[in-house]
Amino acid sequence: MSKLHVNGREHTLDADPATPILWALRDTLGMTGTKFGCGAALCGACTVHLDGQAIRSCVTPISAAEGKKIGTIEATTDGSDRVGTAVYAAWVKHDVAQCGYCQSGQIMSATAFLKSLPKGKKPTAAEIDAAMAGNICRCGTYARIRAAVADAVKTLA
Amino acid sequence: MLPNFDRTEMPRALQNMRDRGQSAASATLPRRSFLKLAGAGGLALGTFPHLATAQAKDATASGLKPTQQPSAFVQIAPNGEVTVTINRLEFGQGVQTGLPMILAEELDADWSLVRSRNGSGDAAYLDPLFGIHLTGGSNSIKNSYTQYRELGARARAMLLAAAAARWNVDVATLRTQAGIVLGPDGRKAGYGELAEAAMALPVPEKVVLKNPKDFRIIGQPTTRLDARAKSSGRQDFGIDTRLPDQLTAVVAHPPVFGAKLASVDDSAARAIKGVKAVLRIPVDRGGEGVAVVADGYWPAKQGRDALKLQWSTASVEKVDSERLLAQYRELAGQPGPRAFDADMAPLASAPRQLLAEFVFPYLAHAPMEPLNCTVQLFDARAELWVGTQSPGLDAAAAAGVLGLKPEHVTMHVQMAGGGFGRRMVGTSDYVVEACAVAKAARSAGLNAPVRTLWSREDDIKGGYYRPMHLHRARIGFDERGNVLAWDHVIVGQSILTGTVFESFQVKNGIDATATEGMREPYGVPMRLTVHHPKVNVPVLWWRSVGSTHTAFVMETLLDEIARTTKQDPVAYRMRLFGDKHPRHKAALQLAVDQSGYGKKQLPTGRTWGVAVHESFSSVVAYVVEASLRDGQPVLNRVTAGVHCNLAVNPRSVEAQVQGAALMGLSMCLPGAAITLKDGIVEQSNFGDFVVPRITDMPQFAVHIVPSAEPPTGMGEPGLPPLAPAFANAIAQLTGKPLRELPFKIA
Repeated sequence: MSKLHVNGREHTLDADPATPILWALRDTLGMTGTKFGCGAALCGACTVHLDGQAIRSCVTPISAAEGKKIGTIEATTDGSDRVGTAVYAAWVKHDVAQCGYCQSGQIMSATAFLKSLPKGKKPTAAEIDAAMAGNICRCGTYARIRAAVADAVKTLA
Repeated sequence: MLPNFDRTEMPRALQNMRDRGQSAASATLPRRSFLKLAGAGGLALGTFPHLATAQAKDATASGLKPTQQPSAFVQIAPNGEVTVTINRLEFGQGVQTGLPMILAEELDADWSLVRSRNGSGDAAYLDPLFGIHLTGGSNSIKNSYTQYRELGARARAMLLAAAAARWNVDVATLRTQAGIVLGPDGRKAGYGELAEAAMALPVPEKVVLKNPKDFRIIGQPTTRLDARAKSSGRQDFGIDTRLPDQLTAVVAHPPVFGAKLASVDDSAARAIKGVKAVLRIPVDRGGEGVAVVADGYWPAKQGRDALKLQWSTASVEKVDSERLLAQYRELAGQPGPRAFDADMAPLASAPRQLLAEFVFPYLAHAPMEPLNCTVQLFDARAELWVGTQSPGLDAAAAAGVLGLKPEHVTMHVQMAGGGFGRRMVGTSDYVVEACAVAKAARSAGLNAPVRTLWSREDDIKGGYYRPMHLHRARIGFDERGNVLAWDHVIVGQSILTGTVFESFQVKNGIDATATEGMREPYGVPMRLTVHHPKVNVPVLWWRSVGSTHTAFVMETLLDEIARTTKQDPVAYRMRLFGDKHPRHKAALQLAVDQSGYGKKQLPTGRTWGVAVHESFSSVVAYVVEASLRDGQPVLNRVTAGVHCNLAVNPRSVEAQVQGAALMGLSMCLPGAAITLKDGIVEQSNFGDFVVPRITDMPQFAVHIVPSAEPPTGMGEPGLPPLAPAFANAIAQLTGKPLRELPFKIA
């Protein structure tokens, strides 16, 4: 039995401790907002927060989450998270999504990045790019991702 | 993702499919009972039923086809919410917003109350021109523009008639304003109040459409209807299908296409907790595979990785990319069928000669949502949940595997996480495979829905690639750059041979998708020889199809002729366009004007590059700025001039151009190639099949030529001119032409 603390709730799972967090979320808990893209930490579609850090849930076993808090897209954009709410609003305002499949991961990376900034720090364009470089969007929404992240920075300033 | 085919030449196979589509619809969804079905779905009052009773009686008499019946496309709730049903797969291109905009315009709806939903396999949702359930060829808006306008206008006329009857006034005294009918003396009624009465009225056949100058929804940059769901993880895709007791299958595919199993040791796989069955199944191209079925992806994948398999590859061709290129070079020197001909006599005496060879690799589509299909089998029918561009083709293929009639296969088309062509396959490969798995699972006593899910490695290694191509050109021209003769050869696999499109798209041994984009719009005297070798690598259209390579060849060669004869590449193209190609001229001029080309001083080390190309009836011109960093090409800035006639949603056109351009850029990046050795694809994931990241994204501005003409496609046309514009800039910088993708800088 493994325990997973997700979005403020504790779940007990009868799963192999080596099971990646991604599949525990999707197949066991039915939380499908977190996406499977590559299974190898190469595309970022599965990004969630582990104690606030952006991690690739497709390669992080549930055993690594023991005693830690997992945050997913569902809670990040439900209005309860100040930074997540700003990022969500910017994503809608800039109409970022095309197919939308990678956007959960993009938003989770952007939110973790903005939370990691020292208070009052305005990231440069290059810093935004570097923070988002681990997330692939095959539709090519990058111009709007840049604009949305920069806009969220303004909202949060 | 489809060739620009002539629908008047639709072959028997497609005609049959149309017929099946019609009969399938009437069998699965009796038109007269839709009111009840709709009611059962919670859409009772204030909705347009599929066919209101009164309409059903004279449906034939009215002469309206199912695709023209507003009841199948627009539902108005008592609170005024308008739900528009889309007849296409939404996979990023924005039709889920564009089509409702078109209908809402003529309905005169309040846009803030407009929603969207997916259609079904019903005949109402056939492509109105092609008559099959289809999303491809950048056709969705183009083919459904008039259809959705008329649907909206019919619904509006019915609402006006209902208001006229309620108030007992002449309908001519009424007008509408954003979801409200306004009467004389200030009376008003919302669409939601009138919908129930309106749905009982006859559907008008003839309607007057708005003058485009009065549009207030069409032409407005509009946020996608799915923007919120897609920015919060709430949007479900095919992969998110969750049925009670659903199992997941992961399939071990043969390492060489079409190989069969020599031996299977599944003891370790079966020992993995959660694994329910290990099943030997037939797979694509006559091969065999092993499906591991489990209660989730992870145990299924663990099970597959634990299989000990030996493959028999003796009877299948083991392709080697390097050897294949040598064979293509050999073939290019042989005589072959000609797509078009011209007098080549001036070649020998031309004052200037240019010899060029181009090489293009296989390319994977790699949509972000891995391929998947969920199948539930019943005694004599099946239901499938899948993101597909061609549900009709897939249903027929599924029926074949399952031993059912096509009308007993119900397709639930799901939102798809990208496709770029991979979700419309002549063989329906991943749908057929999922059906084979479900069938084998049922035979093994597993009476549960099964989702077959591909890993990324399965996707990259599992086939269906943009074909590898070799082009060879010998061009004779004069000092003014006038082409006197152009002898050209293309070698590459045919995409359409063996598909239902073959009989009308492959003529005289030449696949039209291999040559589209050649010669025009420059009208050069070209002789084009085409060779289609048979190779054991499955191939498929890739966003913008033939133009992925033909545009590169044409636009870099034309540019080279301009450079060689010391002419400005823009002025040179404009001269060749002459008066025959006003849309090309307008698109290029717009990009030139907006970019500052020829006026703005570029920073040292940066150069301009230009390309323009028409595909899917739209023209896109790029003026780019590029440079070299550590000897590697960098695309700094792109200015697009777009001619797609009327831009229904300019915000969506901008997105499609940027996205298609990025996919065009993806062809240039080091590592953007699928190669084979000993029959095995060498790449496996995003680590070795490179796609662009945010750090590759240039500054990007999209400008649209104003037009009120009916819209042309925009899903694909942004792709073809990007790579040649980039290459032309780099060639200007280095003095050496780039003739291979991905770019190789010597």
